[in-house]
Amino acid sequence: MAVDDVTITEVKLGGRRGGPDVPTLRTDKWWKLPLTTVVVLSAFVVYATWAAFLGTSNFFYEAHNLLSPFYSPCFGHICQTNNVTSSPFLDWWKFSPALIILVFPLGFRMTCYYYRKAYYRSFWRSPVACAVQDAHTKYTGETKAPLIIQNIHRYFFYFGLVFNVLLTVDAVQAFIWPGGGVHMSIGTLVLCLNASLLWLYSLSCHACRHMCGGQVRNFSQHPIRHKLWKFVTPLNAKHMQFAWMSLVVVALTDVYVRLVASGTITDLKIF
Amino acid sequence: MTDLTMRIWRGDENGGELVDYTIESQENEVVLDVIHRLQATQIPDLACRWNCKAGKCGSCSAEINGMPRLMCMTRMDQLPQGPVTITPMRTFPIIRDLVTDVSFNYEMAKRVPAFNPPPMPEGGYRMQQIDVERGQEFRKCIECFMCQNVCHVIRDHEENKVNYAGPRFFIRYAELEMHPLDTNDRRELVREKMGLGLCNITKCCTEVCPEHIKITDNAIIPLKERAVDAHYDPVAWLGRKITGRKKRTADEAAADRP
Amino acid sequence: MADYEHHSYDVIIIGAGGAGLRAAIEAKQRGLNVAIICKSLLGKAHTVMAEGGVAAAMGNVYEEDNWQVHFRDTMRGGKMLNNWRMAQLHAQESPDRVLELEQWGALFDRTKDGKITQRDFGGHRYARLAHVGDRTGLELIRTLQQKAVSMDIDVFMECKVLRLLRDDQGAISGAVGYWRPTGEFITFSAKSVILATGGVGKSWKYTSNSWEGTGDGHAMAMWAGADLIDMECIQFHPTGMVWPLSVRGILVTEGVRGDGGVLRNSEQKRFMFDYIADMFKAETASSEEEADKWYDDHTAGRRPPELLPRDEVARAINTEVKAGRGSPHGGVFLDIASRRSAEFIRRRLPSMYHQFMELAGVDITTTAMEVGPTCHYIMGGVRVDADTTATAIPGLFAAGEVAGGMHGSNRLGGNSLSDLIVFGRRAGMGAADYIEGRSGDITLDAAQVQAIINESLVPFSREEGENPYDIQRDLQELMQSNVGIIRTGSELDEAVVKLEELKERANNVIVKGNTRVYNPAWNLATDLPAMLTVSTCAALGAQARKESRGGHTREDFPKPDAAFGKVNMVLSQENGGGMNAPVKVDPQPILEMPDDLKVLFEEAK
Ligand SMILES: Cc1cc2nc3c(=O)[nH]c(=O)nc-3n(C[C@H](O)[C@H](O)[C@H](O)COP(=O)(O)OP(=O)(O)OC[C@H]3O[C@@H](n4cnc5c(N)ncnc54)[C@H](O)[C@@H]3O)c2cc1C
Ligand code: SF4
Ligand code: SF4
Ligand code: FES
Ligand code: FES
Repeated sequence: MAVDDVTITEVKLGGRRGGPDVPTLRTDKWWKLPLTTVVVLSAFVVYATWAAFLGTSNFFYEAHNLLSPFYSPCFGHICQTNNVTSSPFLDWWKFSPALIILVFPLGFRMTCYYYRKAYYRSFWRSPVACAVQDAHTKYTGETKAPLIIQNIHRYFFYFGLVFNVLLTVDAVQAFIWPGGGVHMSIGTLVLCLNASLLWLYSLSCHACRHMCGGQVRNFSQHPIRHKLWKFVTPLNAKHMQFAWMSLVVVALTDVYVRLVASGTITDLKIF
Repeated sequence: MTDLTMRIWRGDENGGELVDYTIESQENEVVLDVIHRLQATQIPDLACRWNCKAGKCGSCSAEINGMPRLMCMTRMDQLPQGPVTITPMRTFPIIRDLVTDVSFNYEMAKRVPAFNPPPMPEGGYRMQQIDVERGQEFRKCIECFMCQNVCHVIRDHEENKVNYAGPRFFIRYAELEMHPLDTNDRRELVREKMGLGLCNITKCCTEVCPEHIKITDNAIIPLKERAVDAHYDPVAWLGRKITGRKKRTADEAAADRP
Repeated sequence: MADYEHHSYDVIIIGAGGAGLRAAIEAKQRGLNVAIICKSLLGKAHTVMAEGGVAAAMGNVYEEDNWQVHFRDTMRGGKMLNNWRMAQLHAQESPDRVLELEQWGALFDRTKDGKITQRDFGGHRYARLAHVGDRTGLELIRTLQQKAVSMDIDVFMECKVLRLLRDDQGAISGAVGYWRPTGEFITFSAKSVILATGGVGKSWKYTSNSWEGTGDGHAMAMWAGADLIDMECIQFHPTGMVWPLSVRGILVTEGVRGDGGVLRNSEQKRFMFDYIADMFKAETASSEEEADKWYDDHTAGRRPPELLPRDEVARAINTEVKAGRGSPHGGVFLDIASRRSAEFIRRRLPSMYHQFMELAGVDITTTAMEVGPTCHYIMGGVRVDADTTATAIPGLFAAGEVAGGMHGSNRLGGNSLSDLIVFGRRAGMGAADYIEGRSGDITLDAAQVQAIINESLVPFSREEGENPYDIQRDLQELMQSNVGIIRTGSELDEAVVKLEELKERANNVIVKGNTRVYNPAWNLATDLPAMLTVSTCAALGAQARKESRGGHTREDFPKPDAAFGKVNMVLSQENGGGMNAPVKVDPQPILEMPDDLKVLFEEAK
């Protein structure tokens, strides 16, 4: 079947619509959810921007080997000044490494199917809620630049996996303190929690589900891919939850490390 | 018994208005029951569609307090106190009162290239339950067209109707793409001509579906991913450029399908 | 004002349920110019509501199954009143018809080895119903609809046919109707017409049928001079919802019982063990233990009595309720919650789960349902030839629920969906063959057309008169109480008299408001003549059949009578009949079964 073989049947346009001409007749509090999204996402963006540009100290707590996720993998000038071991490779970089690092998680989340829904609804109000009029008169969806870029989401997913590995390594290293021996503190747990949530977020990704097995026609002939698909499908159903939890926890992890590194609080040692 | 206020849109292609009707409430009624009682006692010519009264046929779609719902499955006692507003589906041209011209959907149905299986072996096809399950979810669709109605792509942008299959038919395409026996490849079609890219996955279709079909997660997003496989994937695109190979035709795609 | 739209086709098919769609596909495949006409939108016919499954002896679950067993079950279920040839063709051809659906995209539930799985239903010896959860009718109608659409068959949706037309040779020539969305009239000329208009249940108060079940096809056929048979044989499905009142009558699929649900009275007793008729004693379990074993392995015990044919179960429920052992809202309890896991119930019976959750606020995975009999299906219908579905009128064919004979006096669950695809196809073939042998042009008689149009418009011209909704309500009350599940001579006599009164009122019906655009009051007014005609036929048939058999139970003649078992009640009018014309009732012998089939019944005794 070629695309051109299809008969494009005619559709009548322009008939008068029924119902009163108002943006919506909904009586419930439909604006609550988009409003919450705007508040939380904005707060995150403001905080992340501050952390990336200005918070160039106190992102590492040497004694317990706690590195903020915003600064992992650490490279450039800043690492030495903060005593983080990093590859000498990019030593010449004068700015905050977060500026580069954050591009990837940002791209991953910006093109994430769930976040797309969230910001199209709340920031772009297209539509702000179901059966509420679209705030824009022109609409081309994701068919034109720049939004057509959303289609490369799966590559951001791959990058996301690399970061998950790096952050997992950070979490493991947080068990090994400079003083020697294996230890654990609240900070270690926070890093672990952060890494786990990021894994859950990635594994529950729609592109991941597709590539695990969603793309095959006959599961019965691809038992392994079916197993993988079966495994990620229930996670996928919770993708929204993981998206929010991991977002909040990443920020809180950074906050925690900073509080500890600046000596504002102490990182309680468990063993 | 207390009185209910039903605020119903009355009108036709020449315009109309919301009209309040008062009728006494009865226990355990659904909206459609009240409409029927109004027809039998006060407004004999109140136009509405219905058939099964059990959420199986998808005839009685309307907007109740602004949200698309099946009138036969919306219980009066679960609606908030106060007047109940009932209006016709907004996206389709009005015929009269609560009845709209849903022919848009039937036109989109005609565009779907038919299912195309290999010849049937003696004794019928063999398919595994795990292979038919995904398609079965989509075949639950009762064609209430509420997803089509709520979808802002055509609800608020009339011009898109020309080239937009809409969520109901995205699940149909997804069903065929996931059908273990189908040999057609409709991925380019859905992307190029059926407006898959117009959907911005804001999920209102899923929110209103009375059959609880996960339209976005299980059909539209998988279709979008398939469109990436077939078309957008930059690495595959680069590969095609370098090796000089064309996109796989439908037959090739079908041939290397197990 | 001869102002109407006209269309010309080889075949028009009135009805877009399973039967109509299947007929259209067949006729189109024969190269004919085909149109389908239906009262609702495409895909909304009754067929969409069918739940449990489609019966076909494919032997996928029990290899022992074959067409002979299915044939025997069908005949016994129908109390031998069936047209044996129809029952035979049905049993022989349904497996192929079901498989064919998968060629067109249907996705039935599977067995482990990838075949179509089959479930148990009342009256079927083996698990025989191919199904998709509890939405089999949806799968069937959608598959056929999609196939028909892909074949480019013209569909006239929301178009109601008022009457059939015959030419001066007596052959069918077309039909007159109107568009519901505009109220404009429309005529069709056609070499052949296939009726597939479904059932009549809307004339009863508690019914599983929708507004469409007004018996238009039955009535139009008789008005045009075709015979109806056995219109008294009406199936009351044992399990309809009884509460809340507003949904009373809505069906609870037999699949609940096939999958392990049992019936209990207010004393929590599985009362069906007390109602096993002699005819079924040999194959029905006599204790709960035996019955329970059967679900897992049909060779380990005999069938539970909950799965007796529908007429038996409906009567039993009726008796229990009358004896004061009913549930709070006048039904009995259907319990699957205590017998199967919540997960199982949700997977096998998803739409029942939602139906009760949303309409009654009852969770069927934890609570028993309250159920009682509801008017469901008419076995009687237009008399047809089994092989071609031809009626007495040249060029007129009938298939599906509108045709009579296939199910005798009681239909087994699942046998309707298979009936639709077997005889829908045969109707398409019959019409195509007929057209091949036919010659000459078709012209419609303009005066006749105009008369039909005028008649349907009278309700607008009256100054004063009856509200059509009131007549409908009174008709439903009357049929429910006097021609319901249990009947008796005096009540039937009264019904016949009262029906004449209702017709008088219907002759004086008025439609207020002057629009014909989607005007439900007018639509109902045009449905009333058919409703009253089929109700009269049911009452007259019931009056004449002085015995109890299948879906027809007479309190004053509680036993079957062999003499009546050999006749069909034939109801007829002269061509040009109508609601007000007299109906002739004439018992005529049923088709004699050939000896090689009779053997099947002797062995079993
Ligand atoms: C709730 C329910 C559950 C059921 N479950 C089962 C089951 O599990 N298994 C089973 O085998 N059977 C079941 N049945 C029975 C079966 O579904 C019906 O008998 C069967 O679908 C009838 O099909 P049909 O094609 O004859 O007509 P229908 O599907 O009833 O279609 C009739 C068509 O005729 C059209 N029509 C009628 N009058 C006119 C007119 N005047 N002008 C134009 N068009 C007209 C209608 O619009 C409609 O399209 C069930 C029935 C119901 C109501
Ligand atoms: S998710 Fe897409 S198809 Fe569904 S309503 Fe939103 S825009 Fe329309
Ligand atoms: S997908 Fe759901 S909402 Fe859309 S038409 Fe089907 S049943 Fe209705
Ligand atoms: S990360 Fe959200 S969909 Fe991929
Ligand atoms: S009437 Fe059938 S879905 Fe409401």
